[in-house]
Amino acid sequence: MKRAKSQTIFLRSIVYIAAAITIVTVVGILVYILIKGLPHISWDLFAFKYTSENVSLFPALVNTFTMTITALLMAAPLGIFSGIYLVEYANRNSKSVKVIRITTETLSGIPSIVYGLFGYLLFVATLGWGYSMLAGAFSLAIMILPVIIRSTEESLKSVPDSYREGSFGLGAGKLRTVFKIVLPAAMPGILAGIILSIGRIVGETAVLIYTSGTVAQIPKSLMGSGRTLSVHLYALWSEGMNTESAYATAVVLVVTVIFLNAMSAYVAKKFTKGKKNG
Amino acid sequence: MNNLSNKKSKSIKENIMKAIFFASAFMSVFSVLLICIFLFANGLPAMAEIGFLEFLLGREWRPGNDIYGIFPMIIGSLYVTAGALAIGVPIGVLTAVFMARFCPAKLYKIIKPVINLLAGIPSVVYGFFGLMVIVPFIRNTFKVSGTSMLAASVVLGIMILPTIIGMSEAAIRAVPDSYYEGSLALGASHERSVFYSMLPAAKSGILSSIILGMGRAVGETMAVVMVAGNQAVMPSGLLKGLRTLTANIVMEMGYAADLHREALIATAVVLFVFILIINLIFSVIKKGIKS
Repeated sequence: MKRAKSQTIFLRSIVYIAAAITIVTVVGILVYILIKGLPHISWDLFAFKYTSENVSLFPALVNTFTMTITALLMAAPLGIFSGIYLVEYANRNSKSVKVIRITTETLSGIPSIVYGLFGYLLFVATLGWGYSMLAGAFSLAIMILPVIIRSTEESLKSVPDSYREGSFGLGAGKLRTVFKIVLPAAMPGILAGIILSIGRIVGETAVLIYTSGTVAQIPKSLMGSGRTLSVHLYALWSEGMNTESAYATAVVLVVTVIFLNAMSAYVAKKFTKGKKNG
Repeated sequence: MNNLSNKKSKSIKENIMKAIFFASAFMSVFSVLLICIFLFANGLPAMAEIGFLEFLLGREWRPGNDIYGIFPMIIGSLYVTAGALAIGVPIGVLTAVFMARFCPAKLYKIIKPVINLLAGIPSVVYGFFGLMVIVPFIRNTFKVSGTSMLAASVVLGIMILPTIIGMSEAAIRAVPDSYYEGSLALGASHERSVFYSMLPAAKSGILSSIILGMGRAVGETMAVVMVAGNQAVMPSGLLKGLRTLTANIVMEMGYAADLHREALIATAVVLFVFILIINLIFSVIKKGIKS
């Protein structure tokens, strides 16, 4: 009996210790980055041009934005359409669906450096685009495809069948039902998935180093090379540390990610609330 | 007549869109095929030229002398992954137990999003944090350079936490309450009921979270490059530097040419095969859960 009691205490303490370690780690990382970085945020960092004296992160910020939009323009329609096919059209037990499912899972497991290398081999070298934003965006688009497909699939599945039956019953065709009834109902879930993939794009480095390159200016077109914020942080490290600017960049990255996470959670929450009412 | 042609054009539209949906869904198959073709077509000939065994088991990597053995990097990847699991698994699984069965609801609302945030932090930021905090700590404590297997393991251990916590928590929550209640009724305490009747039942879910974390650790690049030291030699201790497969590619791809470049692509092939094996194990376990 006594042994059981001491064991109980032991089990309880390791659980609490582990949880404490996790929480202290997360909070520690966030607080450390914010405290060290916030004082280094200055207007100079947002100067329009990057020079070796003033390591401005503004061009990287603009490039991150451009990169995100370009990658999403490719991946979002493809991913959403794939989800529509898998849920609304395909026979769930057919071979093609199985193959698509396996490859989507494979895609989500591939390390980012492999995407980077692939992007380099196909877009930069074989197609001859050179280091360019477009090559980076294409590589990123393939990387986030599985995220968007999965979130689309899940949100489409959670739309009750009565919606579809109602629409069919009123004489609407399949396409109309999908676009006018099912998709709008599933939109918040899909949106949450898209925001999540924005987070991945913003945080990605390994994919971009050898596809979009590390030029620290805003390129004139998508065929020019440019670094995103994450690549900027990496480049600051590899070019010999400019610590102050690196801290500031880390803050901007972390704040962006926190913002995106919060937004995704908010959208997803709104979704589940709406479902309860409806 | 008008009505009929209208119907016909409608069905054409339906079919066209269906084809577009199918083509989109097929894009992921196409992408995986392209990735395989490009990696294998560039990597395998290099492996053949170097010699499969010399490449995989060679202990020296000296591109300057055309000596390409990636054994140190394979071992390096295995070591840091093992190190990451040694740190991430106990902390992660126990935190998952806390989240599922010990955490008060009010606290949970705060902690859960914070842990999720851990998954969103970019890997360069982890690398940077490791470089500024963990590496100096190791340097000052042990009087070594600091960039080391230990530093990489700690950083990766932190990075895989959200994966392990999230999936393990879900697995524990999926265990029917009757397990827990039955154990309580037999006189076991809350803690013993959770550990001896719920955890065993959630075993395969927890295992798959570990496998997924392993995949993340093997594939992680930037954070490792920044803290591991990257010496292309056989790893010789917890406090010594090492180089992983991923780091090998990032470090040298920028200036590599000819056989050297192809050897790096072959490194990616090895990495890719590792990941495929891990994915396979993962899906086998997942199937086990379903059946």
